[in-house]
Amino acid sequence: MFEQVMFWLFGAGAVVTAGMVVAPPFNRNPVHAALALIASFFCMAGLYMLLLAHLLAVLQILVYAGAIMVLFLFVIMLLNLGDHELGKQSSSVGQMIGLVAMAFVTSKLVVTLATSADSLPHGADPAAPEALVRDGFGTVATVGDAMFRHYLVPFELTAILLLIAVIGAVVLAKRNL
Amino acid sequence: MSTEILALIVLLPLLGALVNGILGARLPKGLVTLVACGSVLGAFLLSLGAVSELYSLRERVGADEAMLVTNLWSWIEAGPLTVSASFMLDPLSAVMLLIVTGVGFLIHVFSVGYMHSDKAYWRYFAYLNLFMFSMLLLILGKNILVLFVGWEGVGLCSYLLIGFWYDDMEKAQAGQKAFVTNRVGDFSFLLGVFILLFFSGGDLDFVRLRDVVGPAGALQDPLTITIICLLLFGGAAGKSAQFPLYVWLPDAMAGPTPVSALIHAATMVTAGVYMMCRLSFLFAASTTAMTVIALVGAGTALFAATIALVQNDIKKVLAYSTVSQLGFMVLAVGVGGFTGAIFHLMTHAFFKACLFLGSGSVIHAMHHEQDIRQMGALRKKLPVTAGTFFVSCLAIAGAFPFISGFVSKDEILFTAFTASHQGNSPMLVAYGLAAAAALCTAFYMFRLYYLTFEGEYRGDHHTWEHAHEEKVMTIPLVVLAALAVVGGLVGLPEVTHAPHLLHEWLHPVFATAMTHFTYSEAHELEWILMGVALTLALVGVFAARAMYKRPTADLPEAPTDAAWYRLLMDKWRIDELYAAVVLNPLRRLAGVLHTQADVKLIDGLFVRGTARLVGRVGDGLRVLQNGDVQTYVTAIVVGLAVLLLFVV
Amino acid sequence: MQETLAFTVPLSWYLILAAILFTIGAIGVFTRRNALLVLMSVEIMLNAVNLTFLAFARTRGDSIGHVVTFFVIAVAAAEAAVGLALVMGVFRHTRTVNVDSLRAMRR
Repeated sequence: MFEQVMFWLFGAGAVVTAGMVVAPPFNRNPVHAALALIASFFCMAGLYMLLLAHLLAVLQILVYAGAIMVLFLFVIMLLNLGDHELGKQSSSVGQMIGLVAMAFVTSKLVVTLATSADSLPHGADPAAPEALVRDGFGTVATVGDAMFRHYLVPFELTAILLLIAVIGAVVLAKRNL
Repeated sequence: MSTEILALIVLLPLLGALVNGILGARLPKGLVTLVACGSVLGAFLLSLGAVSELYSLRERVGADEAMLVTNLWSWIEAGPLTVSASFMLDPLSAVMLLIVTGVGFLIHVFSVGYMHSDKAYWRYFAYLNLFMFSMLLLILGKNILVLFVGWEGVGLCSYLLIGFWYDDMEKAQAGQKAFVTNRVGDFSFLLGVFILLFFSGGDLDFVRLRDVVGPAGALQDPLTITIICLLLFGGAAGKSAQFPLYVWLPDAMAGPTPVSALIHAATMVTAGVYMMCRLSFLFAASTTAMTVIALVGAGTALFAATIALVQNDIKKVLAYSTVSQLGFMVLAVGVGGFTGAIFHLMTHAFFKACLFLGSGSVIHAMHHEQDIRQMGALRKKLPVTAGTFFVSCLAIAGAFPFISGFVSKDEILFTAFTASHQGNSPMLVAYGLAAAAALCTAFYMFRLYYLTFEGEYRGDHHTWEHAHEEKVMTIPLVVLAALAVVGGLVGLPEVTHAPHLLHEWLHPVFATAMTHFTYSEAHELEWILMGVALTLALVGVFAARAMYKRPTADLPEAPTDAAWYRLLMDKWRIDELYAAVVLNPLRRLAGVLHTQADVKLIDGLFVRGTARLVGRVGDGLRVLQNGDVQTYVTAIVVGLAVLLLFVV
Repeated sequence: MQETLAFTVPLSWYLILAAILFTIGAIGVFTRRNALLVLMSVEIMLNAVNLTFLAFARTRGDSIGHVVTFFVIAVAAAEAAVGLALVMGVFRHTRTVNVDSLRAMRR
């Protein structure tokens, strides 16, 4: 019961704050949008926690809410965008078509998922609710074990990717490009 | 040796042309000269060898069988049509071979001096060697197609050499005129060959064609033979500059003078006569065609001679003289005097080459002045040229007993006259025309001689001071002049009781054709005709002498107001007639096609229309390609929605 | 033995939630003209995907979903860094972050 309450709480929070990032009245000021996004990320972290992904929940807060969003905020401040810049929001027929299409796709997806919920594997199986989850699931030890045993090369490649991103960002952001 | 020698004769000038044509620009001048003249000299020496071999073969197997044949390869084999690339040397091609390589070599030597300072020296000799190659192909070809390859080849070389100084628009256009006029004749020639091919069952070999026309052959219908002959004669009229296709030859004088001597006097233009002699068995079978040929030939002879009477350009006079002399040869063919045609072809090659080279020497000495009104008294400066020129004038006019031109022309006139006696009355007309032409010939040739070499000098003095002749140019002149004097001795008329060597030599070739003709041996008549011819020639000579050999520098007043004079000056206005009847309508048609079909339909609708259509479609589609990433994302989402709508 | 939470929320709920979040992010991507907001919307979409990975991992009791999510976060960090650097570069050239002005490819 507790779990369902928390799911609704975090889920509704994530959707509302994400909507605040995108929907017009709230995002006039990019700082507000960024703050709403941080809130959304916190809600997501809570959902991760419910899914027993402890490590990822912590990383979500550290990397997303901490590093990435700080970077966003820095850029917003550096560019010092005026209101005219942000308020310019044209909407076109194409966008409307896109919205309708997206709504159709999502509704189709939601309906499909809702009607086929029983055919999906789910942990709510009363026969063996815990059998699927081993001890220490989602902890640093378990995830680290999987990562360094089976996914060492992709992990190292991630390191290279980040290095490239750092260099690329520095080169791109240099004043005399 | 015996079989490859013919191929070797053909190959040598081709090699010379290739070497000079490809490497000539980088080779030193001496080497270019050596390659060009050496290859032709080699061909000449080999020709001598080949002809002597033919001679000895004749002794062994008899005159009718003697023939050297070289089969190179099978060229075309398509069903019944079989054509091989092969050469043959029979008495007729032997005569032509010696003329072409011999005179060709002399003219090559002369060219060394004449073209000495031309910047495209190597190109000139490459073309000249290529011409020799084509001409030899034409002469030695064993079937009509090999002959035709040479036929077209000499046409090409003629075009290249007429337009040799192509940066002069007028000369380039003269080349085009020659080429296009020849195409008209070639078209007719090809049509004739196709019809012939239809009846011969796919064989164009000269020897076997003889049987096709023969008593048991497939080709018997007189009308068909006449049509074939007239079509083939159309080709000959183009190549040998007969009325009405002669117009290109006078313009062809735009080329270097040795070219005029070699191609447009001595060799190429006689290809039509050669072809008709080669196919004499066919032509002789059609009396109608022969009559047409004889009348065209005689008409051309007089027609061109009248134009030559008033021309003032030294080369133009000689050009019209060539047309006239070719008319004599064609007349000879038409009256069945094939031997006479070849005889006159040979003597003409000697004296006309000599005359042209002499004019080349004059032009060279006069710094490219060609107007005889600006000359005079050049005998003092160019003694060898004047002497050889005089001898050649005597020869072409037939104004001296038993000089080459006298003998050969007399044979033609005699044949024409006797043909008229045997019930073929149009031949009397032909004889009359030819006799008048002979009179004109004597007059205009000596008018040319006296205006150029005698009297007082009328040009500017700077040129006079520098006028001189070069040894490399005078030697060929002397050789040719000597040949022009003695050339007639191989065919002395019956009445002299000397053997007609050429007649005997050529007899196997023309034997078939000769069955259609009978010859009178009226000796008194021949004496009379010779007397008439000589009288006519002398009248012409002395008339010219009386009018043009004068001690003062002024010219006899030309009757410029007389209608006949203006008509002759305008060359009977034939060019204008062609322009009005053929050229201008064609140009107008081309103009209409250009503005309507080309510009509007092809360019407007097809080319630009296609481009416009693609452009319009692109303009429409460009809305989608607007470079806005967000639109693309929208398109992806819409695509996903559509997929979900129809697939899932 | 560690006490485990009873898993009482069905998998489909998480997936529906992820779909809704993804839709919100996608709408942001193709309606917002501000390049910064577009980048933020992309982050929302990435998070929605992460949620599905983790939900499946929880259901299957498999850590691979966690590993993939880890990589996604790393890539997202790289993407954000480069994307923001690009936005700065563009701003320096055009004095705007409006994506409508980024039409160099259009003729």
